[in-house]
Amino acid sequence: MPIQFHISNSRGILASFLRNLCGVRPLPLAALPASGPCIFYANHSSHLDFAVLWAALPEAWRERTRPVAGRDYWEKTAVHRGIAYGIFRAVLIERKHVTVACNPITAMCAALDAGDSLIVFPEGTRGDGLSVGAFKPGIHHLARSRPSVKLVPVFLENLNRIMPKGTALPVPLIATAAIGAPLAAVDGETKEAFLARARAALVALHTP
Amino acid sequence: MNALRDPQLLWLLSGILVLLVISSIITSVLVGRPGPDGPSPTIANLAARVRAWWMMVIVFSLALVTGGVGSVVLFALMSFMALREFITLTPSRPADHLALFAAFFMVLPFQYVLTGIQWYGFFAVFVPVYAFVAIAIFAVVGGDAAHYLERTAKIQWGLMVCVYFLSHVPALLMIEIPGYAGQNAKLLLFVVLVGQSSDVLQYVWGKLLGRHKVAPVLSPSKTWEGLIGGVLSASALGAALWWATPFTWWAAGLFALLITVMGFFGGLVMSAIKRDRGVKDYGSMIEGHGGMMDRIDSLCFSAPVFFHLLRYFYVP
Repeated sequence: MPIQFHISNSRGILASFLRNLCGVRPLPLAALPASGPCIFYANHSSHLDFAVLWAALPEAWRERTRPVAGRDYWEKTAVHRGIAYGIFRAVLIERKHVTVACNPITAMCAALDAGDSLIVFPEGTRGDGLSVGAFKPGIHHLARSRPSVKLVPVFLENLNRIMPKGTALPVPLIATAAIGAPLAAVDGETKEAFLARARAALVALHTP
Repeated sequence: MNALRDPQLLWLLSGILVLLVISSIITSVLVGRPGPDGPSPTIANLAARVRAWWMMVIVFSLALVTGGVGSVVLFALMSFMALREFITLTPSRPADHLALFAAFFMVLPFQYVLTGIQWYGFFAVFVPVYAFVAIAIFAVVGGDAAHYLERTAKIQWGLMVCVYFLSHVPALLMIEIPGYAGQNAKLLLFVVLVGQSSDVLQYVWGKLLGRHKVAPVLSPSKTWEGLIGGVLSASALGAALWWATPFTWWAAGLFALLITVMGFFGGLVMSAIKRDRGVKDYGSMIEGHGGMMDRIDSLCFSAPVFFHLLRYFYVP
Protein backbone atom coordinates (compact mmCIF):
# COMPACT_ATOMS: atom_id res chain seq x y z
CA MET A 1 0.00 0.00 0.00
CA PRO A 2 2.73 2.51 -0.88
CA ILE A 3 0.29 5.08 -2.24
CA GLN A 4 -1.84 5.18 0.86
CA PHE A 5 1.26 5.58 3.00
CA HIS A 6 2.26 8.49 0.82
CA ILE A 7 -1.11 10.19 1.21
CA SER A 8 -1.29 9.83 4.98
CA ASN A 9 2.32 10.99 5.26
CA SER A 10 1.66 14.14 3.24
CA ARG A 11 -1.43 14.79 5.36
CA GLY A 12 0.85 14.60 8.41
CA ILE A 13 3.21 17.12 6.83
CA LEU A 14 0.28 19.42 6.00
CA ALA A 15 -0.97 19.16 9.58
CA SER A 16 2.47 20.05 10.90
CA PHE A 17 2.70 23.00 8.48
CA LEU A 18 -0.71 24.29 9.59
CA ARG A 19 0.23 23.97 13.27
CA ASN A 20 3.44 25.92 12.69
CA LEU A 21 1.80 28.60 10.56
CA CYS A 22 -0.84 29.22 13.20
CA GLY A 23 1.37 28.48 16.24
CA VAL A 24 -1.27 26.09 17.56
CA ARG A 25 -0.25 23.35 19.99
CA PRO A 26 -1.34 19.77 19.28
CA LEU A 27 -4.22 18.66 21.49
CA PRO A 28 -3.00 15.98 23.93
CA LEU A 29 -4.60 12.57 23.49
CA ALA A 30 -5.71 12.67 27.14
CA ALA A 31 -7.85 15.76 26.47
CA LEU A 32 -10.04 13.83 24.02
CA PRO A 33 -12.74 11.27 24.81
CA ALA A 34 -11.46 7.71 25.32
CA SER A 35 -13.12 6.53 22.13
CA GLY A 36 -14.78 7.94 19.02
CA PRO A 37 -16.56 8.82 16.99
CA CYS A 38 -17.55 12.22 18.29
CA ILE A 39 -18.71 15.56 16.96
CA PHE A 40 -16.23 18.40 17.46
CA TYR A 41 -18.01 21.71 17.31
CA ALA A 42 -16.21 25.05 17.21
CA ASN A 43 -16.64 28.78 16.71
CA HIS A 44 -16.15 29.96 13.13
CA SER A 45 -14.34 33.08 11.95
CA SER A 46 -11.85 31.94 9.29
CA HIS A 47 -11.37 29.53 6.43
CA LEU A 48 -8.51 28.12 8.47
CA ASP A 49 -10.77 27.03 11.34
CA PHE A 50 -11.55 23.51 10.17
CA ALA A 51 -7.99 22.94 8.91
CA VAL A 52 -6.40 24.09 12.18
CA LEU A 53 -8.77 22.06 14.35
CA TRP A 54 -8.05 19.05 12.13
CA ALA A 55 -4.28 19.69 12.34
CA ALA A 56 -4.37 20.04 16.14
CA LEU A 57 -5.97 16.60 16.64
CA PRO A 58 -3.70 13.65 17.54
CA GLU A 59 -2.84 11.68 14.39
CA ALA A 60 -5.07 8.67 15.10
CA TRP A 61 -8.04 11.02 15.56
CA ARG A 62 -7.10 13.20 12.60
CA GLU A 63 -7.19 10.25 10.21
CA ARG A 64 -10.76 9.48 11.31
CA THR A 65 -12.15 13.03 11.47
CA ARG A 66 -13.99 14.74 8.62
CA PRO A 67 -14.90 18.43 8.51
CA VAL A 68 -18.45 19.34 7.53
CA ALA A 69 -18.65 22.24 5.06
CA GLY A 70 -21.01 23.99 2.66
CA ARG A 71 -21.32 22.35 -0.75
CA ASP A 72 -22.08 25.71 -2.43
CA TYR A 73 -18.63 27.03 -1.50
CA TRP A 74 -16.43 23.94 -1.71
CA GLU A 75 -17.67 22.66 -5.05
CA LYS A 76 -17.02 25.95 -6.86
CA THR A 77 -13.80 24.99 -8.66
CA ALA A 78 -11.57 21.96 -9.15
CA VAL A 79 -9.14 23.42 -6.59
CA HIS A 80 -11.90 23.79 -3.98
CA ARG A 81 -13.11 20.24 -4.66
CA GLY A 82 -9.55 18.90 -4.50
CA ILE A 83 -8.98 20.48 -1.09
CA ALA A 84 -12.36 19.42 0.28
CA TYR A 85 -12.50 15.84 -0.97
CA GLY A 86 -8.88 14.96 -1.71
CA ILE A 87 -7.14 16.34 1.35
CA PHE A 88 -9.68 16.72 4.14
CA ARG A 89 -12.27 14.09 3.11
CA ALA A 90 -14.89 16.74 3.89
CA VAL A 91 -18.58 15.93 4.26
CA LEU A 92 -20.09 18.57 1.98
CA ILE A 93 -23.66 19.53 2.80
CA GLU A 94 -26.39 21.51 1.09
CA ARG A 95 -26.99 24.77 2.93
CA LYS A 96 -29.55 26.56 0.76
CA HIS A 97 -32.01 24.22 -0.95
CA VAL A 98 -32.38 21.38 1.49
CA THR A 99 -34.62 18.53 0.28
CA VAL A 100 -35.17 14.99 1.52
CA ALA A 101 -32.69 13.74 -1.08
CA CYS A 102 -29.89 15.98 0.12
CA ASN A 103 -30.65 16.23 3.83
CA PRO A 104 -27.40 17.30 5.56
CA ILE A 105 -28.24 15.27 8.67
CA THR A 106 -28.35 12.07 6.60
CA ALA A 107 -24.88 12.68 5.19
CA MET A 108 -23.41 13.50 8.60
CA CYS A 109 -25.03 10.47 10.25
CA ALA A 110 -23.65 8.24 7.49
CA ALA A 111 -20.11 9.46 8.30
CA LEU A 112 -20.64 8.91 12.04
CA ASP A 113 -22.08 5.43 11.41
CA ALA A 114 -18.95 4.61 9.39
CA GLY A 115 -16.90 5.40 12.51
CA ASP A 116 -15.65 8.83 11.49
CA SER A 117 -15.78 11.89 13.74
CA LEU A 118 -17.02 15.24 12.45
CA ILE A 119 -15.96 18.87 12.73
CA VAL A 120 -18.96 21.20 12.61
CA PHE A 121 -19.47 24.93 12.97
CA PRO A 122 -22.95 25.39 14.46
CA GLU A 123 -22.98 29.14 13.73
CA GLY A 124 -23.44 28.09 10.10
CA THR A 125 -21.19 30.79 8.69
CA ARG A 126 -18.04 32.71 9.54
CA GLY A 127 -18.46 35.50 12.07
CA ASP A 128 -16.22 38.48 12.83
CA GLY A 129 -14.36 36.52 15.51
CA LEU A 130 -15.29 39.02 18.24
CA SER A 131 -18.26 37.06 19.53
CA VAL A 132 -19.80 33.64 18.99
CA GLY A 133 -23.06 33.87 17.04
CA ALA A 134 -26.29 32.04 17.76
CA PHE A 135 -26.26 28.33 16.87
CA LYS A 136 -28.31 27.06 13.93
CA PRO A 137 -30.65 24.16 14.82
CA GLY A 138 -28.70 21.62 12.71
CA ILE A 139 -26.49 20.50 15.60
CA HIS A 140 -29.62 19.76 17.65
CA HIS A 141 -31.03 17.52 14.92
CA LEU A 142 -27.67 15.80 14.58
CA ALA A 143 -27.36 15.23 18.34
CA ARG A 144 -30.89 13.83 18.53
CA SER A 145 -30.29 11.53 15.55
CA ARG A 146 -27.18 10.00 17.17
CA PRO A 147 -27.64 10.44 20.95
CA SER A 148 -24.72 8.12 21.78
CA VAL A 149 -22.15 10.25 19.92
CA LYS A 150 -20.34 12.71 22.18
CA LEU A 151 -20.46 16.44 21.41
CA VAL A 152 -17.08 18.03 22.16
CA PRO A 153 -16.67 21.85 22.16
CA VAL A 154 -13.39 23.32 20.83
CA PHE A 155 -12.80 27.06 21.14
CA LEU A 156 -10.54 28.45 18.42
CA GLU A 157 -8.85 31.72 19.25
CA ASN A 158 -7.04 34.28 17.07
CA LEU A 159 -7.82 32.62 13.73
CA ASN A 160 -9.95 35.63 12.84
CA ARG A 161 -6.73 37.65 13.14
CA ILE A 162 -4.63 35.10 11.24
CA MET A 163 -6.92 34.90 8.20
CA PRO A 164 -10.13 36.89 8.62
CA LYS A 165 -13.09 36.90 6.30
CA GLY A 166 -12.34 38.52 2.98
CA THR A 167 -8.59 37.88 2.73
CA ALA A 168 -6.37 35.04 1.58
CA LEU A 169 -3.20 36.47 3.16
CA PRO A 170 -2.33 34.75 6.45
CA VAL A 171 -0.64 36.63 9.30
CA PRO A 172 1.26 34.06 11.39
CA LEU A 173 0.05 34.89 14.90
CA ILE A 174 -0.34 32.32 17.65
CA ALA A 175 -3.72 30.60 17.63
CA THR A 176 -5.04 28.37 20.37
CA ALA A 177 -7.46 25.44 20.28
CA ALA A 178 -9.03 24.84 23.71
CA ILE A 179 -10.95 21.59 24.03
CA GLY A 180 -13.69 21.07 26.60
CA ALA A 181 -15.39 18.08 28.18
CA PRO A 182 -18.14 16.35 26.15
CA LEU A 183 -21.56 17.92 26.56
CA ALA A 184 -23.61 15.98 29.10
CA ALA A 185 -26.92 14.52 27.90
CA VAL A 186 -30.03 16.14 29.40
CA ASP A 187 -33.38 14.40 29.01
CA GLY A 188 -36.39 16.29 27.70
CA GLU A 189 -34.46 19.47 26.88
CA THR A 190 -36.03 21.87 24.38
CA LYS A 191 -34.19 22.72 21.17
CA GLU A 192 -33.61 26.30 22.33
CA ALA A 193 -32.26 25.18 25.71
CA PHE A 194 -29.93 22.66 24.05
CA LEU A 195 -28.57 25.21 21.58
CA ALA A 196 -28.00 27.75 24.35
CA ARG A 197 -26.27 25.16 26.55
CA ALA A 198 -24.00 23.96 23.71
CA ARG A 199 -23.07 27.55 22.88
CA ALA A 200 -22.41 28.38 26.55
CA ALA A 201 -20.09 25.35 26.88
CA LEU A 202 -18.09 26.61 23.90
CA VAL A 203 -17.94 30.22 25.05
CA ALA A 204 -16.83 29.06 28.53
CA LEU A 205 -13.60 27.74 26.97
CA HIS A 206 -12.60 31.27 25.99
CA THR A 207 -9.95 32.57 28.36
CA PRO A 208 -9.27 36.25 27.61
CA MET B 1 33.78 27.23 8.71
CA ASN B 2 36.59 29.75 9.25
CA ALA B 3 35.25 30.27 12.73
CA LEU B 4 36.41 26.78 13.71
CA ARG B 5 40.00 27.82 12.98
CA ASP B 6 39.78 30.64 15.51
CA PRO B 7 41.22 29.18 18.74
CA GLN B 8 39.81 32.01 20.87
CA LEU B 9 36.29 31.24 19.67
CA LEU B 10 36.81 27.57 20.47
CA TRP B 11 38.05 28.53 23.96
CA LEU B 12 34.90 30.62 24.53
CA LEU B 13 32.61 27.83 23.34
CA SER B 14 34.48 25.28 25.47
CA GLY B 15 34.15 27.58 28.47
CA ILE B 16 30.36 27.75 27.95
CA LEU B 17 30.28 23.96 27.63
CA VAL B 18 32.09 23.59 30.98
CA LEU B 19 29.64 26.05 32.62
CA LEU B 20 26.69 24.07 31.27
CA VAL B 21 28.11 20.76 32.51
CA ILE B 22 28.67 22.28 35.98
CA SER B 23 25.11 23.75 36.01
CA SER B 24 23.66 20.40 34.99
CA ILE B 25 25.58 18.61 37.77
CA ILE B 26 24.50 21.18 40.39
CA THR B 27 20.84 21.07 39.36
CA SER B 28 20.75 17.26 39.24
CA VAL B 29 22.21 17.18 42.78
CA LEU B 30 19.58 19.73 43.92
CA VAL B 31 16.76 17.79 42.22
CA GLY B 32 17.98 14.58 43.90
CA ARG B 33 17.78 16.22 47.34
CA PRO B 34 14.24 17.45 47.90
CA GLY B 35 13.79 19.77 50.88
CA PRO B 36 11.53 19.11 53.89
CA ASP B 37 8.47 20.28 51.90
CA GLY B 38 9.22 17.99 48.97
CA PRO B 39 10.59 19.02 45.56
CA SER B 40 10.66 22.80 45.24
CA PRO B 41 9.15 24.47 42.18
CA THR B 42 12.16 26.81 42.01
CA ILE B 43 14.50 23.82 41.55
CA ALA B 44 12.18 22.26 38.94
CA ASN B 45 12.16 25.56 37.04
CA LEU B 46 15.94 25.79 37.37
CA ALA B 47 16.35 22.28 35.91
CA ALA B 48 14.01 23.15 33.02
CA ARG B 49 15.99 26.33 32.36
CA VAL B 50 19.30 24.46 32.30
CA ARG B 51 17.87 21.89 29.87
CA ALA B 52 16.65 24.70 27.61
CA TRP B 53 20.08 26.40 27.86
CA TRP B 54 21.71 23.26 26.43
CA MET B 55 19.41 23.47 23.43
CA MET B 56 19.93 27.21 22.97
CA VAL B 57 23.73 26.94 23.28
CA ILE B 58 23.87 24.09 20.74
CA VAL B 59 21.73 25.97 18.21
CA PHE B 60 23.61 29.24 18.72
CA SER B 61 27.04 27.55 18.47
CA LEU B 62 26.06 25.82 15.23
CA ALA B 63 24.89 29.14 13.79
CA LEU B 64 28.10 30.80 14.90
CA VAL B 65 30.48 28.26 13.36
CA THR B 66 28.63 28.29 10.03
CA GLY B 67 29.59 31.96 9.80
CA GLY B 68 27.37 34.69 8.43
CA VAL B 69 24.52 32.73 6.86
CA GLY B 70 23.79 30.58 9.92
CA SER B 71 23.70 33.56 12.28
CA VAL B 72 21.51 35.64 9.97
CA VAL B 73 19.02 32.78 9.49
CA LEU B 74 18.94 31.97 13.21
CA PHE B 75 18.26 35.57 14.22
CA ALA B 76 15.68 35.97 11.44
CA LEU B 77 13.81 32.98 12.88
CA MET B 78 14.13 34.39 16.40
CA SER B 79 12.73 37.72 15.16
CA PHE B 80 9.84 35.86 13.55
CA MET B 81 8.99 34.02 16.80
CA ALA B 82 9.35 37.20 18.87
CA LEU B 83 7.26 39.30 16.49
CA ARG B 84 4.47 36.73 16.40
CA GLU B 85 4.42 36.65 20.21
CA PHE B 86 4.43 40.44 20.38
CA ILE B 87 1.65 40.95 17.82
CA THR B 88 -0.45 38.12 19.24
CA LEU B 89 -0.38 39.89 22.58
CA THR B 90 -1.33 43.33 21.23
CA PRO B 91 -4.89 43.74 19.97
CA SER B 92 -5.30 44.53 16.29
CA ARG B 93 -8.29 45.30 14.08
CA PRO B 94 -9.22 43.78 10.71
CA ALA B 95 -7.98 46.94 8.93
CA ASP B 96 -4.44 46.15 10.15
CA HIS B 97 -4.28 42.90 8.23
CA LEU B 98 -2.28 44.19 5.27
CA ALA B 99 0.16 46.05 7.53
CA LEU B 100 0.67 42.92 9.62
CA PHE B 101 1.19 40.76 6.55
CA ALA B 102 3.82 43.24 5.31
CA ALA B 103 5.52 43.25 8.72
CA PHE B 104 5.96 39.47 8.76
CA PHE B 105 6.57 38.67 5.12
CA MET B 106 8.17 41.80 3.67
CA VAL B 107 9.87 43.91 6.35
CA LEU B 108 11.30 41.04 8.42
CA PRO B 109 12.89 39.04 5.57
CA PHE B 110 14.17 42.17 3.84
CA GLN B 111 15.86 43.50 6.99
CA TYR B 112 17.74 40.20 7.33
CA VAL B 113 18.66 40.17 3.62
CA LEU B 114 20.21 43.60 4.18
CA THR B 115 22.00 42.22 7.26
CA GLY B 116 23.21 39.22 5.26
CA ILE B 117 24.58 41.22 2.33
CA GLN B 118 26.07 43.70 4.82
CA TRP B 119 24.65 46.84 3.19
CA TYR B 120 25.07 49.02 6.27
CA GLY B 121 23.49 52.24 4.96
CA PHE B 122 20.21 50.62 3.98
CA PHE B 123 20.24 48.24 6.96
CA ALA B 124 20.41 51.19 9.35
CA VAL B 125 17.47 53.13 7.87
CA PHE B 126 15.17 50.50 6.34
CA VAL B 127 12.94 49.85 9.38
CA PRO B 128 12.95 53.32 11.00
CA VAL B 129 12.26 55.10 7.68
CA TYR B 130 10.81 52.91 4.93
CA ALA B 131 9.01 50.31 7.03
CA PHE B 132 7.73 53.04 9.36
CA VAL B 133 6.00 54.94 6.57
CA ALA B 134 4.90 51.73 4.80
CA ILE B 135 3.16 50.43 7.93
CA ALA B 136 1.46 53.77 8.50
CA ILE B 137 0.23 53.77 4.88
CA PHE B 138 -0.89 50.13 4.84
CA ALA B 139 -2.82 50.69 8.07
CA VAL B 140 -4.54 53.83 6.82
CA VAL B 141 -5.56 52.16 3.53
CA GLY B 142 -7.84 49.90 5.62
CA GLY B 143 -9.99 52.99 6.20
CA ASP B 144 -10.50 52.42 9.95
CA ALA B 145 -9.76 55.45 12.16
CA ALA B 146 -10.53 53.78 15.49
CA HIS B 147 -7.38 53.68 17.66
CA TYR B 148 -5.32 54.37 14.53
CA LEU B 149 -2.30 55.78 16.34
CA GLU B 150 -2.24 52.97 18.92
CA ARG B 151 -2.61 50.27 16.29
CA THR B 152 0.15 51.53 14.01
CA ALA B 153 2.41 52.35 16.95
CA LYS B 154 2.11 48.76 18.18
CA ILE B 155 3.13 47.31 14.83
CA GLN B 156 5.97 49.81 14.47
CA TRP B 157 7.17 49.04 18.00
CA GLY B 158 7.00 45.32 17.29
CA LEU B 159 9.12 45.77 14.17
CA MET B 160 11.65 48.01 15.91
CA VAL B 161 12.14 45.77 18.95
CA CYS B 162 11.69 42.28 17.51
CA VAL B 163 13.20 42.80 14.06
CA TYR B 164 15.32 45.95 13.81
CA PHE B 165 16.98 45.81 17.22
CA LEU B 166 17.54 42.06 17.15
CA SER B 167 19.05 42.20 13.66
CA HIS B 168 21.90 44.24 15.20
CA VAL B 169 23.27 41.02 16.71
CA PRO B 170 24.14 39.32 13.38
CA ALA B 171 24.93 42.79 11.99
CA LEU B 172 27.98 42.78 14.29
CA LEU B 173 29.53 40.58 11.60
CA MET B 174 29.66 43.55 9.20
CA ILE B 175 31.65 45.91 11.43
CA GLU B 176 35.18 46.32 10.06
CA ILE B 177 37.61 46.82 12.93
CA PRO B 178 41.26 47.18 11.89
CA GLY B 179 43.28 44.14 12.97
CA TYR B 180 40.16 42.14 13.83
CA ALA B 181 39.04 41.05 10.33
CA GLY B 182 37.32 37.66 10.19
CA GLN B 183 36.98 37.47 13.99
CA ASN B 184 33.63 39.25 14.44
CA ALA B 185 31.84 36.05 15.45
CA LYS B 186 33.44 36.58 18.86
CA LEU B 187 31.75 40.00 19.17
CA LEU B 188 28.43 38.28 18.56
CA LEU B 189 29.28 35.73 21.22
CA PHE B 190 30.45 38.53 23.57
CA VAL B 191 27.16 40.48 23.48
CA VAL B 192 25.03 37.33 23.78
CA LEU B 193 27.20 35.71 26.47
CA VAL B 194 27.48 38.84 28.64
CA GLY B 195 23.79 39.71 28.22
CA GLN B 196 22.49 36.22 28.94
CA SER B 197 24.94 35.71 31.85
CA SER B 198 23.69 38.95 33.28
CA ASP B 199 20.10 37.63 33.14
CA VAL B 200 21.17 34.34 34.77
CA LEU B 201 23.35 36.02 37.39
CA GLN B 202 20.61 38.55 38.27
CA TYR B 203 18.29 35.57 38.75
CA VAL B 204 20.86 33.69 40.88
CA TRP B 205 21.83 36.71 43.05
CA GLY B 206 18.14 37.57 43.39
CA LYS B 207 17.25 34.05 44.55
CA LEU B 208 20.18 33.98 46.99
CA LEU B 209 20.09 37.47 48.52
CA GLY B 210 17.07 39.24 47.02
CA ARG B 211 15.18 41.33 49.60
CA HIS B 212 14.31 44.74 48.16
CA LYS B 213 12.18 44.90 45.04
CA VAL B 214 13.49 47.26 42.40
CA ALA B 215 10.26 47.57 40.37
CA PRO B 216 7.41 45.94 42.32
CA VAL B 217 4.75 46.92 39.78
CA LEU B 218 6.59 46.17 36.55
CA SER B 219 8.57 43.09 37.43
CA PRO B 220 8.00 41.69 40.95
CA SER B 221 10.83 39.17 40.68
CA LYS B 222 13.58 41.76 40.14
CA THR B 223 15.43 42.87 43.28
CA TRP B 224 18.16 45.43 43.97
CA GLU B 225 20.43 42.66 45.26
CA GLY B 226 19.89 40.64 42.09
CA LEU B 227 20.36 43.68 39.87
CA ILE B 228 23.59 44.92 41.48
CA GLY B 229 25.07 41.45 41.92
CA GLY B 230 24.14 40.42 38.37
CA VAL B 231 25.33 43.60 36.69
CA LEU B 232 28.65 43.65 38.56
CA SER B 233 29.42 39.97 38.09
CA ALA B 234 28.43 39.94 34.40
CA SER B 235 30.51 43.08 33.82
CA ALA B 236 33.46 41.37 35.53
CA LEU B 237 32.90 38.40 33.24
CA GLY B 238 32.93 40.74 30.23
CA ALA B 239 36.19 42.35 31.40
CA ALA B 240 37.69 38.88 31.88
CA LEU B 241 36.90 38.06 28.25
CA TRP B 242 38.90 41.05 26.89
CA TRP B 243 41.41 38.69 25.20
CA ALA B 244 38.78 37.55 22.72
CA THR B 245 37.70 41.09 21.81
CA PRO B 246 39.37 44.08 20.14
CA PHE B 247 39.06 45.93 23.50
CA THR B 248 41.42 46.55 26.42
CA TRP B 249 40.27 44.90 29.66
CA TRP B 250 38.68 48.07 31.04
CA ALA B 251 36.93 48.85 27.73
CA ALA B 252 35.59 45.29 27.65
CA GLY B 253 34.32 45.81 31.20
CA LEU B 254 32.64 49.11 30.26
CA PHE B 255 31.00 47.54 27.19
CA ALA B 256 29.83 44.65 29.38
CA LEU B 257 28.41 47.14 31.90
CA LEU B 258 26.58 48.89 29.05
CA ILE B 259 25.20 45.55 27.78
CA THR B 260 24.00 44.48 31.23
CA VAL B 261 22.42 47.83 32.12
CA MET B 262 20.68 48.15 28.73
CA GLY B 263 19.62 44.50 29.05
CA PHE B 264 18.11 45.15 32.47
CA PHE B 265 16.05 48.04 31.12
CA GLY B 266 15.10 46.00 28.04
CA GLY B 267 13.68 43.34 30.35
CA LEU B 268 11.87 46.00 32.36
CA VAL B 269 10.34 47.64 29.27
CA MET B 270 9.13 44.37 27.78
CA SER B 271 7.83 43.42 31.22
CA ALA B 272 5.81 46.66 31.40
CA ILE B 273 4.14 45.69 28.10
CA LYS B 274 3.35 42.21 29.48
CA ARG B 275 1.85 43.63 32.70
CA ASP B 276 -0.24 46.06 30.69
CA ARG B 277 -1.64 43.12 28.71
CA GLY B 278 -2.13 41.08 31.90
CA VAL B 279 0.21 38.18 31.12
CA LYS B 280 3.31 36.79 32.82
CA ASP B 281 5.15 35.47 29.75
CA TYR B 282 5.06 36.25 26.04
CA GLY B 283 4.72 32.58 25.19
CA SER B 284 5.66 29.06 26.21
CA MET B 285 8.03 27.85 23.51
CA ILE B 286 11.17 27.59 25.67
CA GLU B 287 10.70 25.31 28.68
CA GLY B 288 11.16 27.19 31.97
CA HIS B 289 11.89 30.49 30.23
CA GLY B 290 8.52 31.44 28.73
CA GLY B 291 8.46 32.61 25.13
CA MET B 292 11.14 33.78 22.72
CA MET B 293 10.49 37.41 23.66
CA ASP B 294 11.02 36.62 27.37
CA ARG B 295 14.49 35.24 26.59
CA ILE B 296 15.70 37.96 24.21
CA ASP B 297 14.16 41.12 25.71
CA SER B 298 17.53 42.13 27.19
CA LEU B 299 19.36 41.44 23.93
CA CYS B 300 16.93 43.61 21.94
CA PHE B 301 17.94 46.67 23.93
CA SER B 302 21.64 45.98 24.41
CA ALA B 303 22.58 44.86 20.88
CA PRO B 304 21.81 48.07 18.92
CA VAL B 305 23.49 50.33 21.49
CA PHE B 306 26.54 48.05 21.65
CA PHE B 307 26.63 47.92 17.83
CA HIS B 308 26.60 51.69 17.34
CA LEU B 309 29.03 52.55 20.14
CA LEU B 310 31.37 49.87 18.83
CA ARG B 311 31.11 51.36 15.35
CA TYR B 312 31.66 54.88 16.68
CA PHE B 313 34.75 54.08 18.77
CA TYR B 314 36.44 51.27 16.84
CA VAL B 315 35.78 51.87 13.14
CA PRO B 316 38.09 54.58 11.76
